[in-house]
Amino acid sequence: MRVLVTGLGTFWGSRIAQALERRPEVDLIVGVDTHEPRLPLTRTEFVRADASYAILRRMVRATQVDTVLHTHLVIDSTRAAGRRLHEVNVIGTMNLLAAAAAEGSAVRKIVLKTSTLVYGSNFDDPYFFREDARRTHAPSTPIERSLLEVDTLVGDFAEDHPEVAVTSLRFANVLGDDVSTVFSRMLRMPVVPEVFGYDPRLQFVHEDDVTRALAHATTAELRGTFNVAGPGTITWGEACRAVARRRLAMPPVFTGVARVPLRLLRVIDIPPEVLSLLRYGRGVDTTAFADAGFEYRYTTPATVDAFARACRLERVVGTPPAYEYERDVEDFFRNSRAVVRPEV
Amino acid sequence: MAASPEQPLHLVADDSDRVPASAAAAASAPDEPSVLDDPLRVDAWGRSEAVRALARTLYDPVYRHWLRAEWEGLEHVPLEGGALLVGNHGGAIPSDAPVVMHGIETELLRPVYGLAENLFRQLPVVGTLWSRAGGVPAHPDNAYRLLHDDEQLVLVFPEGTKATGKLVRDRYQLRRFGRGGFVEIAMRAGVPIVPLAIVGNEEAMPILWKSPRIAKLLGLPYFPITANQFVFGPVLGYLVPLPAKFRIRVLAPITFDVEPGLPRYNRGMVMEQAERIRALIQAEVDDLLRNRRSVWRG
Repeated sequence: MRVLVTGLGTFWGSRIAQALERRPEVDLIVGVDTHEPRLPLTRTEFVRADASYAILRRMVRATQVDTVLHTHLVIDSTRAAGRRLHEVNVIGTMNLLAAAAAEGSAVRKIVLKTSTLVYGSNFDDPYFFREDARRTHAPSTPIERSLLEVDTLVGDFAEDHPEVAVTSLRFANVLGDDVSTVFSRMLRMPVVPEVFGYDPRLQFVHEDDVTRALAHATTAELRGTFNVAGPGTITWGEACRAVARRRLAMPPVFTGVARVPLRLLRVIDIPPEVLSLLRYGRGVDTTAFADAGFEYRYTTPATVDAFARACRLERVVGTPPAYEYERDVEDFFRNSRAVVRPEV
Repeated sequence: MAASPEQPLHLVADDSDRVPASAAAAASAPDEPSVLDDPLRVDAWGRSEAVRALARTLYDPVYRHWLRAEWEGLEHVPLEGGALLVGNHGGAIPSDAPVVMHGIETELLRPVYGLAENLFRQLPVVGTLWSRAGGVPAHPDNAYRLLHDDEQLVLVFPEGTKATGKLVRDRYQLRRFGRGGFVEIAMRAGVPIVPLAIVGNEEAMPILWKSPRIAKLLGLPYFPITANQFVFGPVLGYLVPLPAKFRIRVLAPITFDVEPGLPRYNRGMVMEQAERIRALIQAEVDDLLRNRRSVWRG
């Protein structure tokens, strides 16, 4: 198996590359991104690319990869907005699909990491969205619109190219020891924001389950769209109690205005799609992916519990320094004759 | 009110049995506070047993001494497995839903989830309390999952606001039972429908007059002036029911001779069954009214 990982410089790209390196059936891992990898990698090749991945067609043909793991989609709108969001999500995916379908491509499998944001969050939603459920309201935020556009692109591609197995994983909000998401940032604040009078049902998925789910989708024989969320639900109030944090209520009207000073003062940036989650929450049906052979290690309450433990440790010992990619060092470890390597 | 063993506090997520036991154990090691030990734990439907217990304690005097609810045929409500309770609706702010939920939860020690218009979900505090007290938005997917996957008791009033918005002169004249969606869900989930004939609900808060214009302005299905407002004042008149005697007759469960789990059922058959159940409940309501000597004393 020869794998191409997009978004190698993101948290998830580095994580999944690290996980795939341990799998003997994976012969080759190539990663592309605008940024360097976030984690030390031993046999993954890193290639720098522009945000919209114009280089992919050449790479797919040159490396003859059979599997593409698309972890590059932006699902946290505080990280990229406007033009760049569109460039990365929509144009990046278009270039990737075009590369996979181009002449000389050996791609037979595409795994996409997307988000349950595609369902939206509204007062008249069903409590557990199944994969085939439709949104109850049109999307109102750029991030939701761009992810829905990607959904359409990928769906059309799967229809036009039945020889390629396309798997979309829609992940719920992630919590874990290392990952930084809007929800983990809110739960790490001294007082956690909430919307007055609302205590929504939410689902979380543990960062380890995210990596395992991506690896499962890469190596198992499956295609289609799957929700990935820790089974069960938890309310925002319960999650705040679990991390032993007080809550600070934002007004239920003009909530969108209240977020502006928080952002300008650099307290926290809560994007509108998260504000609606703090009001109405969201649940998804998790049975399809479990039926496809995936075993969750963490339920939603267990995910929050694990996160609460990680927070307690972090409050005592702080966060470890981040890994910094140094090309010379990496080259030394990979290529120098001085390094003693075990025989493969 | 202490929770009985038959009425678990929903400590664990409903589908957590799919998680390997080792991981669940690792995630909640002993002697550690765990989120699952939260005494205010809310289940996957937003219902909190703690809030329900408090609500039952507060509502019990109303149920017992004010509305004096009496049941007939309570043995028809199954003690286990999913079942859809279908009743006739009435009263500006209807008391039938809390009475039925309270009655079954205290008598049979089974939780009841009430499907309702999600009007309240947009309101802060009110929406949250409504959900904690067992209210679930009336979405077909929610009903199916509650009945089929979670095997719960679900209460629904298919007439909806067409019934609660009736003027007092139209009391106990059952409206159309929607488009029969409740029948289709019961068929798909493979659960029985348990019809409830209820009297007392209409007189607990009768509508004397209503203003379509104000209703439209406020975005409400109807804007009533209730008899209660002449007794309790303009605000309390929307909250306090009159002491009408409640009588609830549970009819024999109805099962359908169709294959469960189909994505769609014959519309004609569904409508026919819905109308049959409506007629059945209407006949029993008429019978209860025939035998009722006084609105207040029963």
